[in-house]
Amino acid sequence: MPEIVAFNTIDAGIEPEAEKVQARATQAGPRGRKPRRALSGRNIMIYGTLIVVALYYLLPLYVMIMTSLKGMPEIRLGNIFAPPLEITFEPWVKAWSSACTGLNCDGLSRGFWNSVRITVPSTIVSIAIASINGYALANWRFKGADLFFTILIVGAFIPYQVMIYPIVIVLRELGVYGSLTGLIIVHTIFGMPILTLLFRNYFAGLPEELFKAARVDGAGFWTIYFRIMLPMSMPIFVVAMILQVTGIWNDFLFGVVFTRPEYYPMTVQLNNIVNSVQGVKEYNVNMAATILTGAVPLFVYFVSGRLFVRGIAAGAVKG
Amino acid sequence: MENVSVSVKDLSLSFGAVTVLDTLNLDIKDGEFLVLLGSSGCGKSTLLNCIAGLLDVSDGQIFIKNKNVTWEEPKDRGIGMVFQSYALYPQMSVEKNLSFGLQVAKVEKTEIDRRISRAAEILQIQPLLKRKPAELSGGQRQRVAIGRALVRDVDVFLFDEPLSNLDAKLRSELRVEIKRLHQSLKNTMIYVTHDQIEALTLADRIAVMKSGVIQQLADPMTIYNAPENLFVAGFIGSPSMNFFRGELQLRDDRAFVHANGVDFDVSAYPSRGPFKAGQKVVLGVRPEHVRVDEASSGQPSHQAVVDIEEPMGADNLLWLKLAGQSMSVRIAGQRRYKPGTAVTLSFDMAVASIFDAVSENRL
Repeated sequence: MPEIVAFNTIDAGIEPEAEKVQARATQAGPRGRKPRRALSGRNIMIYGTLIVVALYYLLPLYVMIMTSLKGMPEIRLGNIFAPPLEITFEPWVKAWSSACTGLNCDGLSRGFWNSVRITVPSTIVSIAIASINGYALANWRFKGADLFFTILIVGAFIPYQVMIYPIVIVLRELGVYGSLTGLIIVHTIFGMPILTLLFRNYFAGLPEELFKAARVDGAGFWTIYFRIMLPMSMPIFVVAMILQVTGIWNDFLFGVVFTRPEYYPMTVQLNNIVNSVQGVKEYNVNMAATILTGAVPLFVYFVSGRLFVRGIAAGAVKG
Repeated sequence: MENVSVSVKDLSLSFGAVTVLDTLNLDIKDGEFLVLLGSSGCGKSTLLNCIAGLLDVSDGQIFIKNKNVTWEEPKDRGIGMVFQSYALYPQMSVEKNLSFGLQVAKVEKTEIDRRISRAAEILQIQPLLKRKPAELSGGQRQRVAIGRALVRDVDVFLFDEPLSNLDAKLRSELRVEIKRLHQSLKNTMIYVTHDQIEALTLADRIAVMKSGVIQQLADPMTIYNAPENLFVAGFIGSPSMNFFRGELQLRDDRAFVHANGVDFDVSAYPSRGPFKAGQKVVLGVRPEHVRVDEASSGQPSHQAVVDIEEPMGADNLLWLKLAGQSMSVRIAGQRRYKPGTAVTLSFDMAVASIFDAVSENRL
């Protein structure tokens, strides 16, 4: 196979079949995938920035975990970056079950269950109502829909603090002030603007012809919602759930304003543990308590990220 | 009125200040295949949505099977609808897609099965019944969408540009299938499209629409050969009709259209009334109604120069310059001309169209 031999261009001059060699030589330029250098200036910039930013956020977490695993004598040495010489889980146990908040000394566990009892119903109720709102606004263009939507969106821009006192009065009149029910109502209402917007835009983005086809098929408001829209909307429900769970779990203001001490959510209890001034400041317990409180939103992020199924509406309309 | 299937009376629809349909009247006979044809934004889909009950009308009435359905829900109108984007429910299998409407209507299980198997047989989608829409090709999806209308056992089928999303080959295949379906079912079908080939091939009658008004309602051959006005003439036909703007002249018992300094003898034109000399008119001649280099002696002929040649296989399209104006002529595929060639043209005025230049109506 002379062509293959001729591929070696150094021998080209002494090869007898000069034309073929010439043909090869003109083809010798760039070919195939363009090579990229691993250590280009661009890559160094990108990865350098990413590493610095990651460190910036991870370092405090590292300090928290290390501190929470140390005993108080070791903390007093002051080496906050050093790993523990002797690992102890005592601070975690104490934070969970016996740290004192005010009069009670049963740790964060009470606050955890309170937070669960607040977050779960608030999330479910607010998402249920908001998704129906969004569906009605997007697909059933009732009279005054635009006005209703505008009012709802304006609500999203009013600072919460402005509305606290009026809401306290409203809840008192309803007889639910200080109870979990009251707090759940508050969370549901405050979740409404952003969630309705979220669902309305998602439903408006679904092909309108699906909705029309369902109407021709004789499906009514609820049938279309449950049988057609809901199964196509899992991604947006996951997004709404993440928003609500983290938002409500991390809420401090409403928790402290609208409940009595026995119903305080975890965040309020955490604050009370960290800010309690009696005796020594137990940094390891504080750190453990903080991580415990933050664990739930963190867990939600890690788990539900996988549920973002894309292309769920694929096949409904033209490929 | 006994054989009228769908009747639209004085229908108006406006969104705010924009009037989409203005006092539109339309009667569709039982078993008729009516095509609503027009460019986008002409109101043809809007009209279909009004008939389906998916849009509330501003004024007027809609009758289906002599029943006033103006205020009825879509499901109570006895219609089935097929959409451009197929609109299959993505999370349901083909079978569930077909049975959804029947389940909602609480039809018996055995009856549902019977209708699905019948529809699946007609459309040959039995092997697809367990699949999800995402696993189907475009043509299969549209077949399922037609099936969804079929199982409803309705009197009237509404098609909203059902073939527009398909590629050219599938489109022509499904076009034939829809025609076959109509021939075997004999239902009333209303079909919206912007594709004139679909309109001409499928329709019993075509309604050509422009800005919410029906320009002409007639069978395809009448629409093609005797367009009622300048818009219909220019809209139907590809390449479109050649137009010559000029003036009517009467000399020695013969009539001429004088345009661009050329006299076109239109004595053979079957006009509806007597010609008036000096009237400003538009002469329209279809590309296939011009003969090239075939003029027998004594016939009026014109000289032109070949500008561009577009061979299309079966025929050959010549773009010519006649007295400075560009025009197109369709000739047989095997006859070839080089650009720059001088040719002799003779016009078949018996099948031409002449419109008043002001009112744009046929003379």
